Amino acid sequence: MEKKSLWKKITASREASLVIVLIVMLIVISIFSPSFLSPTNLGQIFRNNTLTMLMALGMLCVMLTAGIDISITSTLAFAGMGIGLLQKYDVIHNTLLLFIIGALIGLACGFLNGLIIAKGKIAPIICTMGFMYIWRGMAYVISNNNWASGQDVSGFSDFGKDGSPGPYIILVIAYVVFFIVMKWTKFGRSIYAVGSNPEAAQISGIKVDRVMIAVYTIMGLLSGLAGVLSVSIYASAQPNMQYGKEMDVIAACVIGGVSMSGGRGSVVGTFLGALIISIIAKALPLVGIDAIAQNLIKGVIIVFVVILNVITQRTMDRQNLLRREM
Amino acid sequence: MKKKVISVLLCVAMATGILAGCAAVPTATAPAADAAPAEEAAADEAAPAAEGAGTFAIVTKSAGNPFMDRLGTGFEEVIKAAGGEVVRKDPESATADAQIAVIQSLISQGVDTIAISANDANALISVCNEARDAGIKVLTLDSDVDPSARALFCNQAGVEAVGQQLIDAVYDLTGGEGQYAILSATSQATNQNAWIDAMKAISEGDDKYSKIELVEVAYGDDEPQKSTDQTQALLQNYPDLKVICAPTTVGIAAAAKVLQDQKSSVKLTGLGLPSEMAEYIGDDDAHSCPYMFLWNPIDLGRLAGYASLALYNGEITGAVGDTFEAATLESSPYTVVDNGAGTEVILGPPFKFDPSNIDEWKEVY
Repeated sequence: MEKKSLWKKITASREASLVIVLIVMLIVISIFSPSFLSPTNLGQIFRNNTLTMLMALGMLCVMLTAGIDISITSTLAFAGMGIGLLQKYDVIHNTLLLFIIGALIGLACGFLNGLIIAKGKIAPIICTMGFMYIWRGMAYVISNNNWASGQDVSGFSDFGKDGSPGPYIILVIAYVVFFIVMKWTKFGRSIYAVGSNPEAAQISGIKVDRVMIAVYTIMGLLSGLAGVLSVSIYASAQPNMQYGKEMDVIAACVIGGVSMSGGRGSVVGTFLGALIISIIAKALPLVGIDAIAQNLIKGVIIVFVVILNVITQRTMDRQNLLRREM
Repeated sequence: MKKKVISVLLCVAMATGILAGCAAVPTATAPAADAAPAEEAAADEAAPAAEGAGTFAIVTKSAGNPFMDRLGTGFEEVIKAAGGEVVRKDPESATADAQIAVIQSLISQGVDTIAISANDANALISVCNEARDAGIKVLTLDSDVDPSARALFCNQAGVEAVGQQLIDAVYDLTGGEGQYAILSATSQATNQNAWIDAMKAISEGDDKYSKIELVEVAYGDDEPQKSTDQTQALLQNYPDLKVICAPTTVGIAAAAKVLQDQKSSVKLTGLGLPSEMAEYIGDDDAHSCPYMFLWNPIDLGRLAGYASLALYNGEITGAVGDTFEAATLESSPYTVVDNGAGTEVILGPPFKFDPSNIDEWKEVY
């Protein structure tokens, strides 16, 4: 009897099926590369993918409102380049201050997105596409063909150095805060409400516009923060940094079971999705797959996991329906 | 109503802030430009006079890359000193597609010469021939296209010479035996592939190198994040690894940081920009890169500038044995030689950066 309920629990929850995918992946990888589960390696997985994991939280909020934001890595580059240059030209070298400035740049970029999408009623993909070009372009313009790296950012880069706890602390805080906010606060629940049924949310007294602006602003804030972290972790600010990586963030959410049509998704699922993406990125070079074939394999794994996700979802829906009929 | 006014105000404030940021930066970069080598001033007097002011174009691999920027700087300086007009194009991404679009616009603009640092040896052939059919002189610098599609290649250093320097550095740093790995840019990059092939050929052809073993060529795609992942994977997969050789400026900087942060005993060499690498160059265990090589990209841009002028004036056609003056460069005059596949001029041997000279050069480029 107990066994049956456990099985039911697993098939009834998308997170559980993701955990199983994760375990299978880890077993397969460990066969090819026994050192994969070593503490250093696990540490590096989180460190190298801090940016994806952090931005996935913002993307979760955006996608819950049935939106999308493809300007995030451009915001990241703009904020990162900004704080890189502040150091290159010896304006500011205080780590905390640089973090605040980078986060504020991101926040402003995101607020602009939210304002236009909510007040102008512009489709999120169109609006953020515009800003994708604008902020990336701005990063190139302010960089003036220079990078800020190595010595320019020395001292500051200690924060994200291999072995420094900085990036981990930020990740843990972000995930704990989001977990609490999304599950137990009025604001978190109103995001879900807006995503599932905007009209109903409006009628029930939720200020839909404000929620929309808030989610894009949060996304921007996290992107700005990711920009600062990127410069710190890689000791390098380049205008083309993280080019194309917004797709990894969206993929992390989709794998984690966040629905593109809004209203469905969780912080735990997002975490698992981001973890799967990170493990794929880290494991492919380790198990000895040719560099040229790595993107191909990555795509295949993503499609496979998403299909699995859909099947789980269908089974869940069917079970729910059956229960209702009875 | 009030809310609308506030949001409009906010937008305006933000836009002003952005514009102010734009305006402030170019002024801030001015000192860096001033720091360029002193020969610049000499260029004005020494440059050959162009017959009629032509229009000379340069197409770099991509925008936002300091190495490419310095190529453009050297090129511009020589052409301007000769009274010519410069059209400089930096494609946004380092792809052949982006370069093709740029070259097509230059053809319709009717420039006299185009100097290209190619992102792909083959993909640019037809657009280069299109340009030549339109009467434009096409030459390449830094990274070549197929020799059939251009008059001349301004090579930073002979492929053999670079391969020899790198394999000797690997030999030296491993102490004559042990494993080494290569961290390259993309798998299609013309120049990186040529150097790697040269390294392989040299080490196979000489018994001296029989005890050093190349375990893997990894590709970091010139992205810091991917290069970091690849470097960490190399360290993990080959515990006996002694040396990593990264013949690309992005890869070497990323690898240097990984090795230095982990306090790894693996040593690094390759091709890197002094300003990016100053932090990592040193003989002691605290630094990951004992020495590396590069050429002066400003000089390479200048060489391409002089070659463009000479082609435009009809002084040379790009045939073997042609010579032309390059007043501000040390090894002037330059002679066109055959590299086996096509014709080229070679800037000079790669320059070695070590702890004794890095402080001086990191200010230059």
